[in-house]
Amino acid sequence: MILRPKIEDVKAIGYYLGKVAIGLGLCMSIPIIIGLAFREINPTLDFLIGAEITLIFGIALTKLCHTEKDLSWMQGMIVVSLSWLVATVLGAIPLYLSGHWNSFLDACFDAMSGFATTGLTLVQNLDHMSYAHNLWRHLIMFIGGQGIVIVALSFFVKGASGAFKMYVGEARDEKILPNVIDTSRFIWIVSIVYLILGTLALAITGMLSGMQPGNAFFHGACVFMAAFDTGGFAPQSQNILYYHSFVYETVTIIIMILGALNFKLHYHLWMGNRKEIIKNIETKTLFITVMITFFITAMGLAQSGIYPRAILLFRKGFYQLISGHTGTGFQTIYANQFNNEWSHLALVGVICAMALGGAVCSTTGAIKMLRIGIIFKALLEDIKKIILPERAVIAQKFHHIKDMFLEDKQARSALLITLAYLVLYGLGAIVGMHYGYPFLNSLFESTSAAANVGLSCGVTSINMPSALKVTYILQMWAGRLEFMSIFTLIGFLVAAVRGK
Amino acid sequence: MDNNVKYQNPNVKINPKSQYQIIKHWFCHLRFVICAYFVICALTFVIQPSNSFAQSISSTELINNAKLYDGKIIAYEGEVIGDIMKRGQFAWINLNDGKNAIGIWVNKDLTREILLSGSYRYRGDWIEVTGVFHRACLEHGGDLDIHAQALRKINNGRLIVERANLEKRNFFLILSGVLCLILILTQLKRKSKK
Repeated sequence: MILRPKIEDVKAIGYYLGKVAIGLGLCMSIPIIIGLAFREINPTLDFLIGAEITLIFGIALTKLCHTEKDLSWMQGMIVVSLSWLVATVLGAIPLYLSGHWNSFLDACFDAMSGFATTGLTLVQNLDHMSYAHNLWRHLIMFIGGQGIVIVALSFFVKGASGAFKMYVGEARDEKILPNVIDTSRFIWIVSIVYLILGTLALAITGMLSGMQPGNAFFHGACVFMAAFDTGGFAPQSQNILYYHSFVYETVTIIIMILGALNFKLHYHLWMGNRKEIIKNIETKTLFITVMITFFITAMGLAQSGIYPRAILLFRKGFYQLISGHTGTGFQTIYANQFNNEWSHLALVGVICAMALGGAVCSTTGAIKMLRIGIIFKALLEDIKKIILPERAVIAQKFHHIKDMFLEDKQARSALLITLAYLVLYGLGAIVGMHYGYPFLNSLFESTSAAANVGLSCGVTSINMPSALKVTYILQMWAGRLEFMSIFTLIGFLVAAVRGK
Repeated sequence: MDNNVKYQNPNVKINPKSQYQIIKHWFCHLRFVICAYFVICALTFVIQPSNSFAQSISSTELINNAKLYDGKIIAYEGEVIGDIMKRGQFAWINLNDGKNAIGIWVNKDLTREILLSGSYRYRGDWIEVTGVFHRACLEHGGDLDIHAQALRKINNGRLIVERANLEKRNFFLILSGVLCLILILTQLKRKSKK
C-alpha cells in the first residue's frame, strides 16, 4: 500500500527549499555589486528584480512552511531534486531579462546548464554581454559545482543530520570530515583558495598574451570558475579559442584536472599525503581511460587528416578530449568542426571520454572513475573465479584513501548507476534522432548533456525543437544528481496522487 | 523609328533589303556596346586600388566548408570584439560577423586603424580583412584562422548609450515594496510571539 505524504512532509520540504532560495537570492548580490561597479544600469536592475523575486519566494516558503523538525531521508532527497529546479527557474530570471536569450525556456536551459556545470548554451550575442550577466553565468557554475544545497548547508542549516541527507542527495556520498557541515565548509575553502590561485595564474597568462589587465582578471575569474567546476562556459563566443594561446590552454587543462579530482583526495594532498594521488583507484583509472580514449580519438583524427602534424593533432585532440573527460566542455574548435572535419572514430573517442567522467565527490558528472574502477575489479574477480580452483579464496582489493576489499554490494551499486547513465545517454540520443539529427550527433550531444560536459557538435542551437531543449534540461538535472533524489521525487509525486 | 514600327507590325510586309539594313544597324550598335564593355573593364582594372577587396565570405561558410577555402586568399568582414592581443610584431584580433567570431593574425601596424572593439559598452569597428584562410593553422596549433594581408575599416564603432528601462525600474520598486512588507510583517509576528 502506498501512503500519501503528510502535510508535515510538504512543510519540511518547503521550509528547506525556502532556505535554499534565500541563499540563491543572496548570491545575486555579487552580480549586483559588479553591475554597480561597472555602472551597468539595466543589468543591475535585472539582478535586483531577480534577487527580490527569489527572496520573496524563499521568505514566503520558510514562513508558510516553518518547522523545527529535522529532515527524513525522503524529504532530504526531494529538497535536493526540487532545489535544482527552483534554482534553475529563479536563476534564469536575470538572464532572461538581459535580452540575450530568445525565450524563458532558453534562459532556463542555460541556467540549468550552469548549475549542473554542463556548459551547453543558447545565449545570443555573448560578445556584447554585460560584466554582471557574464559573471552570473560563471558564478552559477561555481555554486552548482560545489552543490547548490552545500551553499545552504554551509550558512543556513543547523541540524547536521538533515544536512547529511541533503548532502548525499546531491550526489556526494563521501564525507571528507566527520561532520557534513565541516565537509561542505572544507569544500568551500578548497574552492576559494584555488579560485584565488587559478584566477591569478589565468590573469597573468592573459596579460602576457596581450589582454588588458582588467579584462584579463575578469576573464581569469570566469574561466577559472568554469574550469575548476568543470562547467565550460566562457566569457566570449569563441570559448577558449578566443585567447589563441597555448599557455592559456595548458593552464586550463591543469585546472580542469584539479576540478575532476575527488575533494577527499584534495584533502589528503593538502594534509601532505602526496602518495595518495599515485595509489588511488580513481586517479589510476582516470589515467588509463584518458590514454585509451585519446588513442581512439588520435586514430580518428589521423584518419580524417585534418591535422597534418602530430603536434597539432595532439594539441587539438587532447584538449577536446581532456575537456570532455573531465566534464568541462571547453572547446578550441568550432562546434561544426566536430561534424565536418573530425572522423566518426574521433567522435566516438570523445563520446566515450564524456560518458566516463571524473572522480566521485568532485564537480564532474557522468559514470565516474571509482565506479569504472570497481566494475573492472569485479570483472577481474569473476575471471579469477573461473580460472582458479574452486577452493581458492579470491578477494579483490582496491585503494581509495584506504585499502578496501571489494564487496558485491559496491559492484552492484556501481553497475546500477552505470546502467542508469547508459540508459540516459541512449534516451536523449533517441529523442535527438526523432527530431531528425543523425545518430552519432544525437548520441554526442545527449552524452554531453547527461554527463554534464558541454561539448557540442552543433545540435544545441536556438533553432532546435523545444522538446529537445526540455529533454537536455532533464538530462542535465538527472545526470548531475545521479538519479536517486529524482527517483525519490517521482515516488513522492506518485504517492501524492495514488496514495491512501 | 519607322523601320521599327514596320518590324513590329506582323501585317506589314518587310522589304528584304531594308531588313538587311536593320540587322547591319543593330550589329553596329552591338559592336559599340561590346567595345564599351571591354574599355570599362580595362579602366576598372587600371583605376582599382591595390588593396581592393573581393566579396566577403561569411564565417558560417568558412567554418562549414573549411577544406574548400584552406590556404586560399579570402575576404572576411566583421566587428572587432574583445581585446587586441599584441604578440611581438603581430596581433590577434577576433572578428564577429554576427554568426561566429574568427581569429585574425595581423601585423601590429595594421591594427592602428582599429579604435573601438565590441563589448557591452561599445559597438566595435567593422573591419574587412583579406588574407590567407587556414582550416588548421600550422603556425598556431591547428587553429582555424585568417592571416591578414590587408585590413580596411568599413564602419567606425560607437559608444552604446544605456538608458534605464522604466518598466524594469517600476517593477523593481513594486517588488521592493512587497519585500519590505513581508519583512515588516515577519518582524511584527516575531515581536507578538515574544
